[in-house]
Amino acid sequence: MNETPAIAAEGLVKNYGKTKALAGFDLAVPPGTVYGLLGPNGAGKTTAVRVFATLLRPDGGRAQVLGHDVVTGAAEVRRHIGLTGQYAALDEYLTGRANLVMIGQLSRLTASAARRRADEMLERFNLTEAASRAVKTYSGGMRRRLDLAASLIGYPSVLFLDEPTTGLDPNARAMTWDIVRELAAEGTTLLLTTQYLEEADQLARRVAVIDGGTVIAEGTPDQLKASIGGAHLDVVLAAGSDLEAAIVAVKPFATGAVQPDPDGLHLSVPVVAAEGLTTRVVRALDVAGVEVNDVTIQRASLDDVFLALTGHASSTGHASSTGHASGTSDDSSTDEEKEESEAA
Amino acid sequence: MSAITADLVPQQDVTYGRSPVAHFVTDVWVLVKRALARIRREPETLADVTFQPVIFILMFAYVFGGAIALPGGGNYHEYLIGGMLGMGLAQTAPGVAVALVSDMSTGIVDRFRSLPMSRWAVLVARSIAELLTQIISTVVVVGVGLAIGWRVHTNAPDVIAALALALLFGYAFTWAGVCLGMVLRSPEAAQQTGFLIFLPLTFISSAFVPTQGMPGWLQPVAEWNPMSALAAATRHLFGNPNPAATIHAWPMQHPELAVVCWSVGMLAVFAPLAVRQFRRKVLG
Repeated sequence: MNETPAIAAEGLVKNYGKTKALAGFDLAVPPGTVYGLLGPNGAGKTTAVRVFATLLRPDGGRAQVLGHDVVTGAAEVRRHIGLTGQYAALDEYLTGRANLVMIGQLSRLTASAARRRADEMLERFNLTEAASRAVKTYSGGMRRRLDLAASLIGYPSVLFLDEPTTGLDPNARAMTWDIVRELAAEGTTLLLTTQYLEEADQLARRVAVIDGGTVIAEGTPDQLKASIGGAHLDVVLAAGSDLEAAIVAVKPFATGAVQPDPDGLHLSVPVVAAEGLTTRVVRALDVAGVEVNDVTIQRASLDDVFLALTGHASSTGHASSTGHASGTSDDSSTDEEKEESEAA
Repeated sequence: MSAITADLVPQQDVTYGRSPVAHFVTDVWVLVKRALARIRREPETLADVTFQPVIFILMFAYVFGGAIALPGGGNYHEYLIGGMLGMGLAQTAPGVAVALVSDMSTGIVDRFRSLPMSRWAVLVARSIAELLTQIISTVVVVGVGLAIGWRVHTNAPDVIAALALALLFGYAFTWAGVCLGMVLRSPEAAQQTGFLIFLPLTFISSAFVPTQGMPGWLQPVAEWNPMSALAAATRHLFGNPNPAATIHAWPMQHPELAVVCWSVGMLAVFAPLAVRQFRRKVLG
């Protein structure tokens, strides 16, 4: 990467008493990309974002945003960033519009520019109708939208989104994803923390997996998935087919145990993805006299990556695109990394 | 790299390039407007500086007042208002603490700190918004006072001096509330602690009753209480009964100077303390 990263960290350390929230955290986010910071609760995601957003002083290491140091150049950093945290940071008693105008003016917009920009944002986030109501009457989804609008009002070129969709319903989540994509298309650099693997997979061009305050893997979602090598072949048999014969036929291709479904019609075969693999499998099944409805290769999900890297599952299963192996990841973790910020 | 932003923001829309002082004034003004907007939307938040003084004045004037004899004589209704002014002002301090603790706990202070604004503006704006509610409280106390028969027996400069002293004291006391808000963690704790400090402060003073009737060991406490100095100063400047004038304690002999000293002292102690605590709390 010969371009100056928009967001960079070298050996960041942050301790809360004996807890090491960041233990040598490195990151380099190229300008104009969506970058995913993926990790379980307490991994250090929020701490990292708070350091980048100049809210926390690191105990060691360096962090820069657009080439400005977050400690010595904090004022300069704040000119260029937007932050949306896990909890809507709004004045409950002000109207939606008044919140945006206030934050616009505090972002160094002139009063008239702040009003104009507030109306633009309300329009863009579909909040025009609710603009004159106090925020405390807003639903959770509306609050998040207004919060996001607030973080954009000062024309940030770098945006930090700390778990922007945690607790949102599927509609609101889809809307947030659309906004992230639009912003990325406009050239904004986005650092997005998430516990949802699918979210990182869908939105981020590159992903850093963080655990125990340090990055344990980095790359494009595809690279990460390829790094653990695995893929699965899902075989759907025609009704009345001989399951045993099918298992025997696919066994030569399997790199592990073949998993038949209880219904006797599905097989999940761990394989190494290779050219022509599907053809050969179908042929072998045909020779064995097994009728097949469908054969598809499923590459590893980030879920698998996460499990392989950290030895523990990510916090949610619904992000898995394939459904296999996701039974391990249903421990619901709604407690955010709040303890980190409160310890401050 | 900054070119990205420069391309995005129309130059005539931003105030970069203005002086830091102009920025600070804008930030404070925007945040004061925020506090006032809340009052406009929910006027009942002013109950503590409006209805409460009214109730206290009526209770003391018509319930307890008859049982309170002023050394050297004088009308209790006229005596009462000087004390009530101070009480109305000091009473706002717990409210400041509650407002700040709430801000700190909702994350809006985090938002402010991620903006290119002055962070001290958060504290300064809160203290100025409070000064405005204190002016409302003062107007209420004066209004109700006039209604129950309180009169001024001096000239306009003395009255203005009395009100200015009261507001100076009120502003300084606000910073004690700001400090409290920086130390405590929950709005409930701020409310209760504020009340616990405020109650003895106003009652162990000459705000409602002359200190001469208190036990000997308590009298020095009451005489050196800043609330007594404020009450004595305003009574003196209004030309109202001021039994404290015969007390030898220095603050009772020089109440105006004592109020100024107390105010400057409180500002000198509490403002830096609040700022330091704010810095520590928000910069982990």
